[in-house]
Amino acid sequence: MSEMTKEQTEALIQEVLEVYPEKAQKERAKHLTVNDQSVEKSSKCITSNRKSLPGVMTIRGCAYAGSKGVVWGPVKDMVHVSHGPVGCGQYSRAGRRNYYVGNTGVDTFGTMNFTSDFQEKDIVFGGDKKLAKIVDEIDMLFPLAKGISIQSECPIGLIGDDIEAVAKTKSKETGKTIVPVRCEGFRGVSQSLGHHIANDAIRDWVIDPATGKEFASTEYDVTIIGDYNIGGDAWASRILLEEMGLRVIAQWSGDGTLAEMENTPKAKLNLLHCYRSMNYISRYMEEKFGVPWMEYNFFGPTKIEESLRAIAAQFDDKIKEGAERVIEKYKPQWQAVVDKYRPRLEGKRVMLYVGGLRPRHIIGAYEDLGMEVVGTGYEFAHNDDYDRTINEMGNATLIYDDVTGYEFEEFVKRVKPDLIGSGIKEKYIFQKMGIPFRQMHSWDYSGPYHGYDGFAIFARDMDMTLNNPCWDSMTPPWKKLGEETAIAAE
Amino acid sequence: MPNVMLRYNDKGELLFYVAKKDLEEVITSIETDDGASWGGTVELSNGDRFFIDPISPPPEFPTTLRFKRG
Repeated sequence: MSEMTKEQTEALIQEVLEVYPEKAQKERAKHLTVNDQSVEKSSKCITSNRKSLPGVMTIRGCAYAGSKGVVWGPVKDMVHVSHGPVGCGQYSRAGRRNYYVGNTGVDTFGTMNFTSDFQEKDIVFGGDKKLAKIVDEIDMLFPLAKGISIQSECPIGLIGDDIEAVAKTKSKETGKTIVPVRCEGFRGVSQSLGHHIANDAIRDWVIDPATGKEFASTEYDVTIIGDYNIGGDAWASRILLEEMGLRVIAQWSGDGTLAEMENTPKAKLNLLHCYRSMNYISRYMEEKFGVPWMEYNFFGPTKIEESLRAIAAQFDDKIKEGAERVIEKYKPQWQAVVDKYRPRLEGKRVMLYVGGLRPRHIIGAYEDLGMEVVGTGYEFAHNDDYDRTINEMGNATLIYDDVTGYEFEEFVKRVKPDLIGSGIKEKYIFQKMGIPFRQMHSWDYSGPYHGYDGFAIFARDMDMTLNNPCWDSMTPPWKKLGEETAIAAE
Repeated sequence: MPNVMLRYNDKGELLFYVAKKDLEEVITSIETDDGASWGGTVELSNGDRFFIDPISPPPEFPTTLRFKRG
């Protein structure tokens, strides 16, 4: 299918919406739009961060997923207790592939699952005593754990346990940081509120108590905020910053530690990759400690170059020279990648549907490979994310917010993209429809995709998926037209 | 009475940010901003109006203040 006009895309949205009952149709229409770069404010054309409709298949997660899975989970030297029934922790254990360095079970705990395993009696009589006992046990079994975070699951809020009180008493007893996080799954409309709650918990229980801690800072201290080190992303970003002469004093929260979080307010600049999940704490640090923050994008050479220069512009000439040196150094490397893969990927069309940042951040990387993003959407973005998306996307492309399973399938059937990038729940549906698919939440068990090193892997993965010979075998031999059919032997 | 975070953007304009409302707009006009005090009715780029009793001396930005709907 060739380029769609604005009218065609609008007609497509109308057609897809037709099956819904009137009320649902009216509600869903607000979440689907045709991109128009002349619109300055996304609130004029799209509604976001609203409750999903009952009865549709939404792809969103919950506040617990946002807090434990995204923000807190990767902090490696803390024990994160999934406080409540056992399932929430177990089914989300290590799924996000936040890589880290350390001895698991000794000084790091990233891939382990700690839970208070609520039973009926805990629901009836309250789980505070059990929690206190768990904290003691953790303190005894894992003496090298620097702190504990208590990630509430739904029942904690429902029965009204006072986890803050337990945290305070036990923190005094053990002398360790214990953070109660009120991220019960039923809060908010998606994982987005979980991010906010987790940010607020970091503010109240980590950053504020650590104010005044001594730290030998330099002029070139920066932090990486909102990089979860999926498949090693933060490492691929960090080396670029260090090569240009900056000192990275904290990684939030991929391969991050409690001490790093405490030191963050002493940085000169906070570099924010995932705006959606960590803008709250960045804004707070700007206000309270005067640490400015800026967004950057390390997907694809064009965006990396832009970002490196923008970061360097905040510092003196030494760093500016450093940035140019880094850009120059990696140029042959990424040029070789583009030369190799661009001819194989040129002109391919991609549809994305990811969480809160990638639907706009990865566009540049696809464009560097000569590919075009024809539709994009977020699970849990807010309007400020869509403001930032409008300029990244071409005119008359599709934008969908909290897309339902049905809508996504219909869009794909009509737009016929060559590649889809979305999550694990969508993967097998589209593969069975015969469309190449990449799981863009955890890079389909590959990665890193950030930085110049990541770009090479990104390009290879896209080629590997798109040009896989299996897509030619979608039609069984006996259904192929013009070919001889088998004749039964006499 | 929303809690509003005020900060300058790259262009030096004052941004008016309400986390709970996802509202982030540039302040287009402020009733009183004469060096001695800051406040009154503020108008945002989307046409919304908010009010705050003038503060003297003017606050330092970025900061969080409580506004009333104007």
